[in-house]
Amino acid sequence: MSPGSRKLDARIGVEASEPNETDIARINERAKYVRLETLRLIQIAKVGHYSSVFSCAEIFATLYYDAMRLRRGEPKWPARDRFLMGKGHAAVGLYPLLADWDFFSKDILDNYTRLGSPLGDHPDMRKVPGIDFSSGSIGHALSAGLGMVLGGRLTNLDFTVYVLLGDGEMHEGQVWEAALSAAHHKAQNLVAIVDRNGYQLDGKVDDIIGIEPLGDKWRAFGWEVHEVDGHNARELAFVLRQIRANRSQSAPVCVIAKTVKGHGVRYMESEPGWHLGYLTPDDEALAAAEISARGEIG
Amino acid sequence: MSTGPLNPNSWQYRQLNARSSGLGYLSNALIDLVESGHAVVVGTADLQYSNGLVRFAERYPERFIQFGISEQNMVSAAAGMATIGVTPFVATFASFLALLCCEQIRTDIAYSALPVRLIGHHSGIGLGFYGTSHHATEDLAIMRSIADLTVVAPADGPQLAAAIRASVTHSQPIYFRIGRGQDPLVYGNESAFEFGKAIVHAVGSDLTIIACGTMLHPAREAHRALSESGRSVGLIDMHTIKPLDREAVLTASRASRLILTVEEHSVIGGLGGAVAEVLAESERPARLIRHGIRDEYSLIAPPTHLYRHYRLDAEGIEAVAREALA
Repeated sequence: MSPGSRKLDARIGVEASEPNETDIARINERAKYVRLETLRLIQIAKVGHYSSVFSCAEIFATLYYDAMRLRRGEPKWPARDRFLMGKGHAAVGLYPLLADWDFFSKDILDNYTRLGSPLGDHPDMRKVPGIDFSSGSIGHALSAGLGMVLGGRLTNLDFTVYVLLGDGEMHEGQVWEAALSAAHHKAQNLVAIVDRNGYQLDGKVDDIIGIEPLGDKWRAFGWEVHEVDGHNARELAFVLRQIRANRSQSAPVCVIAKTVKGHGVRYMESEPGWHLGYLTPDDEALAAAEISARGEIG
Repeated sequence: MSTGPLNPNSWQYRQLNARSSGLGYLSNALIDLVESGHAVVVGTADLQYSNGLVRFAERYPERFIQFGISEQNMVSAAAGMATIGVTPFVATFASFLALLCCEQIRTDIAYSALPVRLIGHHSGIGLGFYGTSHHATEDLAIMRSIADLTVVAPADGPQLAAAIRASVTHSQPIYFRIGRGQDPLVYGNESAFEFGKAIVHAVGSDLTIIACGTMLHPAREAHRALSESGRSVGLIDMHTIKPLDREAVLTASRASRLILTVEEHSVIGGLGGAVAEVLAESERPARLIRHGIRDEYSLIAPPTHLYRHYRLDAEGIEAVAREALA
């Protein structure tokens, strides 16, 4: 679907500029970097959430290389946009991007999870420059992001807060407390992105506790909802630009990104058991070759 | 949020205008902080009349956030607010704050080292016949086990206000454990407060009573009665449960034959537990008696009846002390 023809929510009025081919290429190149670095780092730890990162690699890349307002080497810049992860277990894919923004040295990546490393399976704001909020216990992040929006109002700082949520995370009651509260308090610069990859640790989300119709739920809670292909850099970038261009609207925004768990590595895509896994050297080489060989994954 | 004039027959009106309402100190202390230039933001979870914060809300509506009945959301949001450089004070019943939101307090606030101020009011058995769901006789034990969290139990409104004033230079998050606002006053408006520094009211060789929070007033009454009958009795206000003033405990242990801790809390893990830990690791400690709620759920009754039943009023504390001295 071309973004130009995309039917956006009726409340959106201002047209943002569409991402051009250079923008798209940059995002896809960085998404590939996320996947390759994730393979490399998890080989150090021996076990990790490959497929959870692979489903949101384009989301990470679009946020950090198109949507978010950041300053290189200044992870504490007060007016920066914030990023929080409810699905903290995908942090291994985020660390390389933070290092790429010069928030910390890339050497630190090489000791991922080793004794004394700041980088663990879940992101820690006390240890990792560029992590805006720690996570690990699923369900807290949207509330914390809402708090940042509310705090920003009192300090007259103009920033957008992006919160990446897992689809399994929709089971947590606190998510819906935050959803109600954000709509009531008109947190228009709060953007929730649901990585709708369909799987959680024990199996298919919809077999465990079904969450559909998900868009209707968020709409019913007073949010503006967009549903996009979460691996299509053009769609992701355009919708996030549209949201930013229309921030004067009073509702918080939920982007439901339809994704594939393990996207980019075929044997992971077809086998959902990869939520948490370990690759043999041969498996890793196969995955790396496939990621490297593929151009725009979409 | 505008509330409009209240009907004088309403519960809300009576709550706010109760003659002895000590919770007025909470709002006033927070208003004072704002007026002295501190970036305070206040939140509550559908209890603005119970904790009196409606007074703050009326004065600074833009600094007041009503979260509704979503305590966990409020606590995590307070953490988020604190990352932006404002100081959130969030208040709800101690039972909901410390028990329902324990993980959010541990992971989002204490571990993240964010200077959030948590106000747990109507602690202990202060909610009387509302029952066990509303009683908090475990909160000190739970909060005390969380690293990097300061835990204080002010004795009355003036001491709470003093603690709030002192908190502006305190970088750690703080759990304030307070009563239901009807506690008789122990201190005057100019009372000083230093985190982690117990207030020694009296020194005695027979017995030292170490009390905190709502128990300080009845403990002081018991202390007076015992002293008048010729006993040499000490009295310590251990308002900070964590970090505990170990020196004050050890000094009392050297001065007195007996130590009696008094708290509106389970005898497990709270003030008595904290004092026991210090004494157990000291040489030749004084004998310790922990007084509080035993390892049980409290009964249903009006609060004053419960205090009498559990011997947590002045007469009860005096009786417990006399049994210990006998």
